[in-house]
Amino acid sequence: MNQRPALETAHIAATEMAAAAGAVPPDAIIPVSAPKQTSLLAHARYVIAENPVTGIAFGLFVLIAVCAIFGPWIAPYDPLASNTTSALQPPSAEHWFGTDQLGRDILSRVIVAARLDMAIAVSSVALVFALGGLSGTAAGFFGGWTDRIIGRIADTIMAFPLFVLAMGIVAALGNTVTNIVIATAIINFPLYARVARAEANVRRDAGFVQAARLSGNGEYRILLTQILPNIMPIMVVQMSLTMGYAILNAAGLSFIGLGVRPPTPEWGIMVAEGAGFIISGEWWIAFFPGAALMLAVFCFNLLGDGLRDIVDPQRRT
Amino acid sequence: MLRQIGKRFALAIPSVIGVIIVTFLLTRVLPGDTAAYFAGPAATAQAIEEIRASLGLDKPLPEQFLRYIKDLSTGNFGTSLTTGQPVLRDIAERLPASAELTLLGLLISILIAVPLGIIAAVRQGSLIDHACRIVATAGVSLPVFFTGLILVYVFYFRLGWSPAPLGRLDIFYSAPPHVTGFYLIDSLIAGEFETFRAALAQLILPAATLAIFSLAPITRMTRASMLAVLSSDFVRTARASGLSPRSVIVTYAFRNAMLPVITTLGMVFSFLLGANVLVEKVFAWPGIGSYAIEALVASDFAPVQGFVLTMAILYVLLNLMIDMLYGVIDPRVRLEG
Repeated sequence: MNQRPALETAHIAATEMAAAAGAVPPDAIIPVSAPKQTSLLAHARYVIAENPVTGIAFGLFVLIAVCAIFGPWIAPYDPLASNTTSALQPPSAEHWFGTDQLGRDILSRVIVAARLDMAIAVSSVALVFALGGLSGTAAGFFGGWTDRIIGRIADTIMAFPLFVLAMGIVAALGNTVTNIVIATAIINFPLYARVARAEANVRRDAGFVQAARLSGNGEYRILLTQILPNIMPIMVVQMSLTMGYAILNAAGLSFIGLGVRPPTPEWGIMVAEGAGFIISGEWWIAFFPGAALMLAVFCFNLLGDGLRDIVDPQRRT
Repeated sequence: MLRQIGKRFALAIPSVIGVIIVTFLLTRVLPGDTAAYFAGPAATAQAIEEIRASLGLDKPLPEQFLRYIKDLSTGNFGTSLTTGQPVLRDIAERLPASAELTLLGLLISILIAVPLGIIAAVRQGSLIDHACRIVATAGVSLPVFFTGLILVYVFYFRLGWSPAPLGRLDIFYSAPPHVTGFYLIDSLIAGEFETFRAALAQLILPAATLAIFSLAPITRMTRASMLAVLSSDFVRTARASGLSPRSVIVTYAFRNAMLPVITTLGMVFSFLLGANVLVEKVFAWPGIGSYAIEALVASDFAPVQGFVLTMAILYVLLNLMIDMLYGVIDPRVRLEG
């Protein structure tokens, strides 16, 4: 079944189309003004100067990281302490983001929640990076049966609407945070495996690989010491591009009541808790955690784009 | 053409088999006692044993799989503990609500995204192009349930333009006679325009939420593929022959640029079917997504399994349709073996 990722298929379709029309492939049309002799750092500076949004995204990233690491010390109130006398207060000088139905300070909860949200996203991305990266590299490098089996696994995962599959996995494995991490990793597997496969496939007979082979290295050794380090930059870009999706997916699962349980502060579940108050006008309960979630995803998407521009300037859009 | 369709169907079979194997594995092999899952949290040990025997869970795995296939082929998806009805019937009852919502959302999204993408490509670097870029980046960052809640706050609580986000129809109205299950179409068939208006009022916010969500990928793809086509030789030739910009863009470029966009629809559907679950929860929409959520919360596993399987098979069929559409629009597309 034709289950290549849509963008890749589309790109191929566009190339075929252009070729059929007698045009040069699109890559050749856009002149790539890659700086030739400059260092990576200089290029990074160039990309950030060109697109200041990446700089803003980096600032946001620092903010989120600080919240995730030092959250419990920054938060002005105890995120779990309820105080019914000050329940459902709108944002004020005392409670910047207002209080929820139990009188808990929303600002504190939003700050403290950063750690759990980031932990879920980072660990699921790390897991799929290891699993998908390694098996994709193996598929592209060895070809044959390895390729076919891994390709079939990826195809089968892609045959599901991804969020629905994640729901099914969490339901089957059990309703815990660990399983949200696993489910998020599984649904991202095809993306990683495909990128790694494509990159490894191009390099399987490259000069440096043949040189390594000639000097007597075994195939596994070549895979680990030659191929893997070479595709690392692309995979890191892939990681930052899918980070936002991982956050969204995990928050979506906890929004429908999977994984994280109240009263644990987590952005998805906080939006779910505030959802019931929206129709009576208490917007702040759901709004602030939702906005935090949105900013985090936005930040990682922009960072991913910026990082891609630095590592792989040809794919710039 | 018929042979091509047949071939394409044959190519979808491995996907369907894969989907069935995965849903089977999800229930039987993974840690946890399936019988206990199916029995629900309140079941006694004896009840669990009875369910184990009735489900054939004491048999070897391949035999269980054959039994599972047999059940599926007769439409037996198990019984829901919460509703007490066969899962297949529940899903069939609720599917039109989800389908109406998803399709309307996608339609709105296409109607906005495609022209936006085209204008952005034609006027590259203009204000609309920048707006398009912001829409594309912001759209993928918005959690769909968050968008939904903001819309509810603004249009229901603040402006009072839309009815309370509680289901498909206000309680003052009765559902139109069942023909397609789509309230918009059914009410028109029955000639009940007041019901049509009420159903549309309920539908518009959740559909808009889904539309905002799927706007980004479609706009992005339209813009990118339009740009690629606009720089191709045949467009240059058309321009050089003195055709008006309008006919160059609409007749020549647009039709060619649509092909990659249609391919993207496959991916968009994958996201939409997932986002649909979240939107249904926000708007208390009585579709299969909220059915699955209710079942998940109650640890009622048969409906969840049925839901995952239904969605996956629907998605495989949608991909199939998209591929065929592709073949219809572009005769050059040959099926790959």
